[in-house]
Amino acid sequence: MPYQIIVCGGIAPDPLQTLEPAMGPAGPALKNEMMLPAVFDPWAAHALYEAAHLARQFPGSSIRVVTLAPKAKLQQVMMTVAQKLPFELIPIDGPGGGFTDAVEVSKVLAQAISAIPGIDMSQFLLFGGWESATRGSGCVIPMVAARLGIEDCFLAVDELKIEDGALVIKERVEGGLLQVSRCSAPPAALAWATGSLPEPPNHPQTGMANMRAMMPALQRAKPAGLTGEGFSVPQATLPAQQRQTQVVKDKPAAEISRELLEWIKG
Amino acid sequence: MDQRLMQGKHMEKILVLLHTEADGSLGRAARECLSLAASLGKYDLAISGADASAAANSAEGSAERILCIAADEFAVPRSSTDSAAAEMLIRTSGATLVLAPGTSRWSRALPMAAARLGGVIDTHAVGLEVVGDSIQVKRWFYRQRIEGTVARSGSPWIVVIEPGAFTATEATPRQATIETQSLELAVSPRTTVEGTISTAAGEQTIRPDAALLFVAGAGWTKKQKDGQVHFADAADRIQTFVHKSKCSLGSSKSLVDLSSEGEAVLPFLTHLHQVGQTGSTPRHRKGLATCCHGEEPHVVGWRFINERRAVNLDPNCGWARGKADVLYVADAFEVMKELNALLD
Repeated sequence: MPYQIIVCGGIAPDPLQTLEPAMGPAGPALKNEMMLPAVFDPWAAHALYEAAHLARQFPGSSIRVVTLAPKAKLQQVMMTVAQKLPFELIPIDGPGGGFTDAVEVSKVLAQAISAIPGIDMSQFLLFGGWESATRGSGCVIPMVAARLGIEDCFLAVDELKIEDGALVIKERVEGGLLQVSRCSAPPAALAWATGSLPEPPNHPQTGMANMRAMMPALQRAKPAGLTGEGFSVPQATLPAQQRQTQVVKDKPAAEISRELLEWIKG
Repeated sequence: MDQRLMQGKHMEKILVLLHTEADGSLGRAARECLSLAASLGKYDLAISGADASAAANSAEGSAERILCIAADEFAVPRSSTDSAAAEMLIRTSGATLVLAPGTSRWSRALPMAAARLGGVIDTHAVGLEVVGDSIQVKRWFYRQRIEGTVARSGSPWIVVIEPGAFTATEATPRQATIETQSLELAVSPRTTVEGTISTAAGEQTIRPDAALLFVAGAGWTKKQKDGQVHFADAADRIQTFVHKSKCSLGSSKSLVDLSSEGEAVLPFLTHLHQVGQTGSTPRHRKGLATCCHGEEPHVVGWRFINERRAVNLDPNCGWARGKADVLYVADAFEVMKELNALLD
């Protein structure tokens, strides 16, 4: 059976960048936010790779990526992501930072997905990252699922297998364990953790084919219209945590180990 | 905690929403949530799951009203049943502010309940404070790199409390005789929970309650002084230390990624061990990093590790730049061999 997979994912500042909040009239933002290099959100990227893996196993499956992000920035990010696998991009133009309301974002995403023609709920899988690297709330995918009428939602998913049409899912739970669940059939929502798939290599031909459809889609991207009503972030600061590191050189391993043992037991 | 919170100077009608564990008890995160609620003043208590009524009797005694859903369908963690139970309990209580522990079970179900209730939700709350007559929630943004406060006007407002952020009370039976109101809810779940498995080979290597976090970085898989890689020695030293010290084992993204890219690495390390921006942010009193460079995306996962030491051959690595208390510039293979011998 083919699947209609929709992956929700945003963009995030490159993890190696230094982030600094700056308060503005509309609340906090990142200093030089539009100048920071961005990447596709890491856990959402894993969701996308898992979607591609599933689609390859079930011919006829489709992958669409619904993204809420500033479209100029999104276009830059897609130059790389589009080379990984074939998919259709459904962009929504709006702020992609962490200081937005997850509740409002989930409404916008659910509206965008509802407007896609030809969605068959018996084949529908909603994918996304467990938590974004920006807001990190971990509640957008479950809320989108609820708004679309999906009752079976799985969080921090590391594995999906299809067995006789049923979805067998492993989710991270407390204590380093994985909970194994069996959902009889789609629709279902899966918010992915890291999974087990490597990042696919770049494939320039796929990228060019993707970008031919993505560029017009980006130009037509509708504004998200986030109002932030009833939500504010009055304060955002960097944690004042800088340690005075003592760098110990030229000490024999035996002495270091004795010192470490004392510290561990202390 | 904000002093005005403790004096109850806010306008919220509070519900503490808990679930029972598999054995019918209340977990540590639930008791932390109860402790927080007790400091706020009056609240209602709602519990879902196996033996919910019995758990309510063992709960801390400040609740004014108790609601329970305890049918068999609600005994296992599952989004469809848990979100339906949470929705009904919140709706019945009429609460404007819902405090719930940030367990995997509620993290999955409560956003769904919030969406259906037309409410709002904030997760990973590590503090509450009163501004005027309203409450603001403290939480982290950008994966523990920026801390901020969130204010809301919508209701019901579900606040999911980060485990470990507040002190847990010891279970004390309730004092007053309050009738427990049991609610009936018909559900027909399409998902069956088959159980839990551990990915650790041989022995459990992730110990959330351990005092020490031991992180193995990618350096363990690199060529050593003799120009060779020593996977077997690395695995032996790491596993021996974990076994003897009973610490929790973590890793860096670069090391676990090597495994998924098909390279020969340390087979007992999986993405579940990954600490950092795309991994976990564990809470341990002490942390020891070995063969790890201490780059920012990894170190954000150390936000809640109080005392930090690192062993690395690079004196200019990230740990040296204010991220560790002590950096030993040394060969971790030798140090861990000596340390393991001392632990005998």
